[in-house]
Amino acid sequence: MEMPVPNPAVLARKAQLVKRLSKVLPADAVISEITETRAYECDALTAYKCAPMVAVLPSTTQEVSDVLRICFEEGVPVVPRGSGTSLAGGALPTADCVILGVARMNEVIETDYANRIIRVQSGRTNLSVTGAVEEDGFFYAPDPSSQLACAIAGNIAMNSGGAHCLKYGVTTNNLMGVTLVQMDGTVVEIGGGYLDAGGLDLLGVICGSEGQLGVVTEATLRILHKPEGARPVLMGFDDNEVAGECVSDIIKAGVLPVAIEFMDRPCIEATEAFAGAGYPDCEALLIVEVEGSDAEIDDQLARIMEIARRHNPVELRESKSAEESARIWLGRKSAFGAMGQINDYMCLDGTIPVSALPFVLRRIGEMSEKYGLRVGNVFHAGDGNMHPLILFDANKPGDLELCEAFGAEVLKLCVEAGGCLTGEHGVGIEKRDLMHVQYTMDDLEAQMAVKDVFDPHWLLNPAKVFPLDASEARRVVAIAAQ
Amino acid sequence: MMTPQSEAELAALIADARGPLAVQGGGTRGFSGTGDVLSAAGLGGVALYEPGALTLVAGAGTPVAEIEAALAAENQRLAFEPMDHRTLLGTTGTPTIGGVMAANVSGPRRIAVGAARDFALGVRFVDGSGRIVKNGGRVMKNVTGYDLVKLMCGSFGTLGVLTEVAMKVLPRPEIEASLVIDTRDAGQAVAALARGLGSPFEVTGAAFLPDRGAVVRIEGFDGSVAYRLGALEAALAGFGDIERLEAEASRTLWRGVRDVARFAERDGDVWRISVKPSDAPAIVTALPEESDYMLDWGGGLIWVLCAKGTDLRARIAPCAGHATLIRADAPTRARLGVFQPEAPALAALTNGVRARFDPRGVLNATSAQAA
Repeated sequence: MEMPVPNPAVLARKAQLVKRLSKVLPADAVISEITETRAYECDALTAYKCAPMVAVLPSTTQEVSDVLRICFEEGVPVVPRGSGTSLAGGALPTADCVILGVARMNEVIETDYANRIIRVQSGRTNLSVTGAVEEDGFFYAPDPSSQLACAIAGNIAMNSGGAHCLKYGVTTNNLMGVTLVQMDGTVVEIGGGYLDAGGLDLLGVICGSEGQLGVVTEATLRILHKPEGARPVLMGFDDNEVAGECVSDIIKAGVLPVAIEFMDRPCIEATEAFAGAGYPDCEALLIVEVEGSDAEIDDQLARIMEIARRHNPVELRESKSAEESARIWLGRKSAFGAMGQINDYMCLDGTIPVSALPFVLRRIGEMSEKYGLRVGNVFHAGDGNMHPLILFDANKPGDLELCEAFGAEVLKLCVEAGGCLTGEHGVGIEKRDLMHVQYTMDDLEAQMAVKDVFDPHWLLNPAKVFPLDASEARRVVAIAAQ
Repeated sequence: MMTPQSEAELAALIADARGPLAVQGGGTRGFSGTGDVLSAAGLGGVALYEPGALTLVAGAGTPVAEIEAALAAENQRLAFEPMDHRTLLGTTGTPTIGGVMAANVSGPRRIAVGAARDFALGVRFVDGSGRIVKNGGRVMKNVTGYDLVKLMCGSFGTLGVLTEVAMKVLPRPEIEASLVIDTRDAGQAVAALARGLGSPFEVTGAAFLPDRGAVVRIEGFDGSVAYRLGALEAALAGFGDIERLEAEASRTLWRGVRDVARFAERDGDVWRISVKPSDAPAIVTALPEESDYMLDWGGGLIWVLCAKGTDLRARIAPCAGHATLIRADAPTRARLGVFQPEAPALAALTNGVRARFDPRGVLNATSAQAA
């Protein structure tokens, strides 16, 4: 993966920069020794590492504003970082950058049940937002699988999803307002406790902009009352295509499950060996979960199972208790760990129209043969968000490159099938150079024009999202301006 | 009126424009600017509909009614319940899906499922330079690049002219029913609505009609609706006597709320104010004499009918939110502005984005100035 050459003029100003940053931040919030900056050298895309020039850990919006203003004046690129759980390299530093970590900003500012909102500092973790309201029966709906660790700041940057977004939507559908600090230090309030922030939907474009438009320091989030209960049904099929048809039929029947998860044979076998959840020996497995009171759940599961029976399942197992539910979810929740135990893996998240599922799975199988790398598929089937896990050996020379080539081919396939490169992980550096597959230069120009407005000097996370050749002219001008 | 029949023709028209263009879909919502009328009505037709994937793609000029009919045939619907402005504004014409998205038009169910912008999956549009741009796609989850789909929704044609939209659709529930809580007090009503919306019973409508009461709507399968109605009746019993509205009566009531039928054919300006629900009671108490109002979205959306030329924005200034002048004569619109003025830092961003997408200021420019 290519990254821009560090700007020597910026590197030469390190001492001056550290001095200025130290004037606006406490001593323990400015990290500039190489032994310590190395802690920020990568995010969850661990194949790529680069220690930043400096890392800062501000505690307030004012401190964030001061840091950004100084970096703006010094012409230093800034890479914002939530908890560093990005699978796409969204928080990967460059050697000439300042990492701005929001981890110390983790307070709940306001909880307001009458208006069903919570206002938090953006470094707060996803799960601890729910933690702040769950005693009162509420929760924050988006649930990325890294929710124990990932920060709201990163959720907003990547517009994170989760297993339950078929019913509750992704981050953008649950975000009502932000405090955004622009690269020049300007603080902007957008939206708040009311619906549909007025004017242009800047909130909509900030969410998912991968930290390239500004640093979000506070967010107003929608909270919901927890459902009375939830229970899944597990179903196994002898054919991926039949499982796909079953998903489509469930949706068409008017039942809207909170989650529909799909696993294919390689993944089922791996998780059985790892977790022993008692899954059936079959080609495709679905876990369909619904919510409501006990009677409502019984009714919905009965409708779903009636549809499933029409597709001749090899197994149909309805949960009747919390224990049975946990057992059904056990394998799915261990899937990543199970695959990781076999080997290193790369997790993709291309999204496809549900109708293209059988075709895409068949093609991925053929590619697996061609590349000689195993692949298992776990899948948010209701919304077409695939998660092929490609196994490779990081210690074997050339295997990573082979795996990346395989991954790129899978993502191109997703786009050809009518889908997209990434459903919830983001572009980062991982899919940056594939953007040409999905978008024309005019499409990319329109997106980059938004960054021009928010960050005219292209200092915020500049080498991400857009193919380097597409953004080069802007980045070169920005460096010349320094 | 210019009514291009293809995206390419539209792009050429915009590139060659010599003066301001008044961009519109069916022209029913009263938001287009002044200038040569440019209608997207020629770009119609459902291009793709996959009920099993809950997705529909249509030309921007497709009549909303055509889309709703196609969805109804598969027992699905546009869940965000777009308002039909013709009742309130007395306009004629055919509402289009492009107009719905360009104005981010959502109805009572917005409180539960999201706005038009939350259901938009992808767009194609022509910007102010005549450049054809696509963004998003037709899948439910998509974080590939910036989300210009949201930016286009609610841009009122000032950033580009939509040519095609891809949407998420949802199943139509088996039945609906409502509860009317007998109260005349806005504070009491908002508290009751908050109780309903803060329950696990999935309320999909929460309005207050001052001469009728606070109303909550439940939708779903028969048995489930019956169960949740009972549970809500118990939860809301302390707020006043409760009347049940069965399917037909419920539907009629919510259609009226959606279209603000209350103010149809009544004299005066109409304002639409978005605030935190708990701020609504104080605002409606402070309305000028002779005003009328109703609340939707649990109190978060205030519709006000007041004497012509009244500047309502001054009255909500202490509360966070925004007020849009939906119906007024041209001089009032020019004097007060249709849209809420923005704080300087935010306005700088908004103006910057507009200047990038429409450098010559030809697309609904007068609307943009009003913003």
